[in-house]
Amino acid sequence: MKATSDPFVRREMLAPAAPPITEAGAVKWMRENLFSSPLNVILTVLGIGAVVYLVSHIAPWMLRGVWNAGSLSECRQIIEARYGEGVTGACWALIRERWPQYLFGFYPSELYWRPVLAFVLMLVAIAPVLFDALPRKMLWFALVYPALGFWLLWGGSVWVPVMALAGFGVGYVAAKVVQPLAGTILASIAAVLAPVLWWLFAAGPVAAALESLIPIALQEVRSREFGGFILAFTIGFTGIAFSLPLGVLLALGRQSDMFIVNKLSVGFIEFIRGVPLITLLFTASLLLNYFLPPGTDFDIILRVIIMVVLFAAAYIAEVVRGGLAALPRGQYEAADALGLDYFKAQRLIIMPQALKISIPGIVSTFIGLFKDTTLVVFVGLLDPLKGITDAVRASTDWKGVYWEPYIFVGAIFFIICFSMSRYSMYLENKLKTDHR
Amino acid sequence: MKQSVFLGTLAATALIAGGALAQGTSTLDTVKARGELNCGVNTGLVGFAAPDANGNWQGFDVAICKAVAAAVLGDASKVVYIPTTSSDRFEQLTSGKIDLLSRNTTWTFSRDTDLRIDFVGVNYYDGQGFMVRKDLGVSSAKELNGATICIQTGTTTELNLADYFKANNMAYTAVPIETNAEGEQQYLAGACDAYTTDASGLAATRAAFADPENHIILPEIVSKEPLGPSVRHGDNAWGDIVRWTLNALIAAEEYGITSTNIDELETSSQNPEVQRLLGTSGELGKMIGLEPNWAMNAIKAGGNYGEIFAATIGESTPIGLARGLNAQWTQGGLLYAPPFR
Amino acid sequence: MAVVTDEPKAGFRLGMLIYDTRYRSITIQIVVLILVMAGVAWLVDNLLRNLAVLGRGIDFSFLGNRSGYDINQTLVEYTNDSTHARATLVGLLNTLLVAFLGCVAATVVGVLAGVMRLSKNWVIARLMTVYVEVFRNIPLLLWILIIFAVFTEALPAPNAFRGENPAASMVLFDTVAFTNRYTAIPWLIFDNSMGWLTLGPVYLNIDLVLIVTAVVGGVFANRAILRRAKRIQEATGERPTTWWQPILALFGPIIAVFLFLGTHVDAPTLQGFNFTGGLQVSNSLVALWLALTLYTAAFIAEIVRAGINAVSRGQSEAAFALGLRPGRTMSLVILPQALRVIIPPLISQYLNLTKNSSLAIAVGYMDLRGTLGGITLNQTGRGLEAMMLLMLIYLVISLIISGTMNIYNNSVRLKER
Repeated sequence: MKATSDPFVRREMLAPAAPPITEAGAVKWMRENLFSSPLNVILTVLGIGAVVYLVSHIAPWMLRGVWNAGSLSECRQIIEARYGEGVTGACWALIRERWPQYLFGFYPSELYWRPVLAFVLMLVAIAPVLFDALPRKMLWFALVYPALGFWLLWGGSVWVPVMALAGFGVGYVAAKVVQPLAGTILASIAAVLAPVLWWLFAAGPVAAALESLIPIALQEVRSREFGGFILAFTIGFTGIAFSLPLGVLLALGRQSDMFIVNKLSVGFIEFIRGVPLITLLFTASLLLNYFLPPGTDFDIILRVIIMVVLFAAAYIAEVVRGGLAALPRGQYEAADALGLDYFKAQRLIIMPQALKISIPGIVSTFIGLFKDTTLVVFVGLLDPLKGITDAVRASTDWKGVYWEPYIFVGAIFFIICFSMSRYSMYLENKLKTDHR
Repeated sequence: MKQSVFLGTLAATALIAGGALAQGTSTLDTVKARGELNCGVNTGLVGFAAPDANGNWQGFDVAICKAVAAAVLGDASKVVYIPTTSSDRFEQLTSGKIDLLSRNTTWTFSRDTDLRIDFVGVNYYDGQGFMVRKDLGVSSAKELNGATICIQTGTTTELNLADYFKANNMAYTAVPIETNAEGEQQYLAGACDAYTTDASGLAATRAAFADPENHIILPEIVSKEPLGPSVRHGDNAWGDIVRWTLNALIAAEEYGITSTNIDELETSSQNPEVQRLLGTSGELGKMIGLEPNWAMNAIKAGGNYGEIFAATIGESTPIGLARGLNAQWTQGGLLYAPPFR
Repeated sequence: MAVVTDEPKAGFRLGMLIYDTRYRSITIQIVVLILVMAGVAWLVDNLLRNLAVLGRGIDFSFLGNRSGYDINQTLVEYTNDSTHARATLVGLLNTLLVAFLGCVAATVVGVLAGVMRLSKNWVIARLMTVYVEVFRNIPLLLWILIIFAVFTEALPAPNAFRGENPAASMVLFDTVAFTNRYTAIPWLIFDNSMGWLTLGPVYLNIDLVLIVTAVVGGVFANRAILRRAKRIQEATGERPTTWWQPILALFGPIIAVFLFLGTHVDAPTLQGFNFTGGLQVSNSLVALWLALTLYTAAFIAEIVRAGINAVSRGQSEAAFALGLRPGRTMSLVILPQALRVIIPPLISQYLNLTKNSSLAIAVGYMDLRGTLGGITLNQTGRGLEAMMLLMLIYLVISLIISGTMNIYNNSVRLKER
């Protein structure tokens, strides 16, 4: 018998059916991400409701804003003329007129290029610290930058910052000269002592002499004319830059086995971290003078910076201590095994690794410090948030403006701090070496 | 200065002691040597002290700084304005950071004695008042029992308020606020029934409202607030200079010397007192260690007292304060400059 | 012929202080100590000389003088006739109050936000990210001002509750009024109040002490009852019926105390300019509390997120393998382990919150800085003394917080090696 019928063999595949509507595209996404459980449904609805409520209450007011007006009353008139009686809106004209004060304070307007240049150069200077892809040689610029930035911001003779930088050179030379004669320890003492003597006694006269020979000077700007965001940047950036070395020393002191050094470091760190920054700023403005020789007088920004440096140093010390603690014990043991002494081990093995781990923490400390610069208003400096705002509101034109300056300043702070915190997250991800 | 600033930073601020102004030298010499007057002003008070869009300070208190700078240095622009807060103003003065405090500061016994500062005169006679909404139906401060009251902190206001309500056996809730802007915002939203501060401040605040006609300033003035410039205790020569600069401005108004006719009067005036004041006769300038034309410079800086008043807080400005107690004694006010002789 | 031996030199050479590792650390410590002491001596000497020049000394007697100003929120009895020391105490208590409330609320909000940021719900996770970033990156001072101003603008004035057709009305059966000055809520009034007990500088509210004693006593009695029941159950296999005993133990004493004190509830009513009766929680406290909470919670959320991420994924996989649901996995497996990573940075957030409460002055909340470091300082002009005292008090608070938390931290730490 012969089979007459061919066995059924599928020759072409059926096109796969489209997944049910609930398992595809936007619906699936919504089902999984928005409405996966009753609780999630409630949360989603509440969340969307809150956003809609906020936007519907704030957006019209902001959009009705007026950009062209000379005073608050003019703003009010324009809005009433446009939208009818009793309608309110933002008066952005204030920002349009006073933005230079928010950014530069009372810095002479023809010299605005200097803080701008200083800011750009600052970015160039910190770039090699922040991104490894850049050539290491650029670090030299980062070392020179503090003097350059100082000169650009405050002006005056170029020789003052140059001679101040020369102090480090003096220290280096002193160390090199002393080392063959008296050994490493005395050389490092000389390296510290020589620059201090240089700064105290020689730098001033030499700078004056050079200035009379080759005068190169920028117009001087006084600290009192600083305000707004340059003040925030000057205090914040100087605070972090100068607190880093101090913070590293304190961290090492806290890790040290030497009883007195350890206890002094702990005492200092805990004291600074235990009191609010406001009280330290008040100390700078009211009390520092009591603790300096009678008749000493130097300006308030410098005094504030000193206190901010001490404040930030305590926080940096804790961050660096965290970095030191995160290093595997083996690194220390390996350094010992190589026969490196304490300083060499720190410089070549420990610190490069510990500081690298600490960079996210240092960036967060900087963000915190940058935000805290708004507190200098309590000692009469013109910070962007309240100092400048109060001064602006004291003019008869803008008296009575409330929300607009806060929104403007808040937005700028957000942009700056947010980009820094994003950088810090990028770094954390990059430094994360575990595989999970 | 820059040099000491920067070196100071590097040398850990130590040891730079003796260089700066040594205690004991006279403020006049220090100011002259520096070529600038350090003048403490308010961080921002409408009409009294505020920077404009270009950062130039203007206002009633600022005019005193300018006049003193003009009298001492011959140039009204040689002033460094140092904004001071209510907490740090006296420390700034006693520690020598400012030479002169011209910041709507009330002259009181304890400040004059215990805090070791000297008030040299009064440039504005003020008093603490109350502002309320019209629709509250209150016409006297005596009806404020149980009210919530906004006060600016750090001033004598809190103590006056406590004393006044205690004396009248009334209760109140205080809402202390840091700055005038916050106070206005609270008051306008109805978070306090009344707003209290110096009457001049109330007038200025009310003037900036969208609806000033709906607010009234109650008739009661509950305190005396003689506001005046002050100097460090112990340097009487410097105190004399500031005191007589202020008096010169007041006297100038009395004798009709204005910034426009002063040059003409210098040569033509036959009034011996005017001649002495303007330095064309007598040696008043020498007696306080200044140039003979010190008072002329001071008056030229911003005009006489009346001109300054009219330009900064007077009735033609948005603040619109009447002279009231601050009129000349000949007009029924309290301004009375001692004779220049 | 004498044998020349290379004897070790017995003498002590000066160079050994630097080159001999045995002595070097001592040398360094002594040098550091001398430098620090010289520095301190220099500062103190300057201070004394400056005070001499100014003709004043360090004098804390101003604390005993009449303060003369009123404070709007007083947890202990205070009038303007009280002393500056008393005003300082009032300020300190206000600081502690807002710091305590803030720490508790910030922990709750922070943990919730941190967990929700890892949620699968897209809207919630995004919203929490926005919340955390917005609050972390804008200065706290601005948040305090904004939140306070929102309270002021959004809520009705007490006046709006007046009249036939009031613009605003009280909620919860006419007992609670939200106004732009305060929230008026009903409160307990003790007719037979026991008043205050004064023990030198310490003042105790006897009513409060009685209530706290009753609650604590009730809790301990309850635990004793449950322990006894468990013991009986373990011994005999039968659990005694105890359901009424804990209820009695917990609520009995407190009810007795309330009856003894003659307690009744006082509801707020509108009278004159303001609500009277009940308890008025001022908006400055609420706004400051909220601002500190939201700001600190944003940081805590990040700490919690980092802590949860730090727990190895194997842990949650193991928990799922055991059949635990996601919620229980989180609460029983992940969070307890994450806690070890979370606690140390959490301590510094508590410290930050406490220190940040010194910004209270921006909303007129009279904390320590507002009384001692504010009005008292301004009125007496004793800047040096007031600031030193202020810093000392804050330091002590901080040390107490970090000390307590460190003890707790040590107790939950993994015991290794």
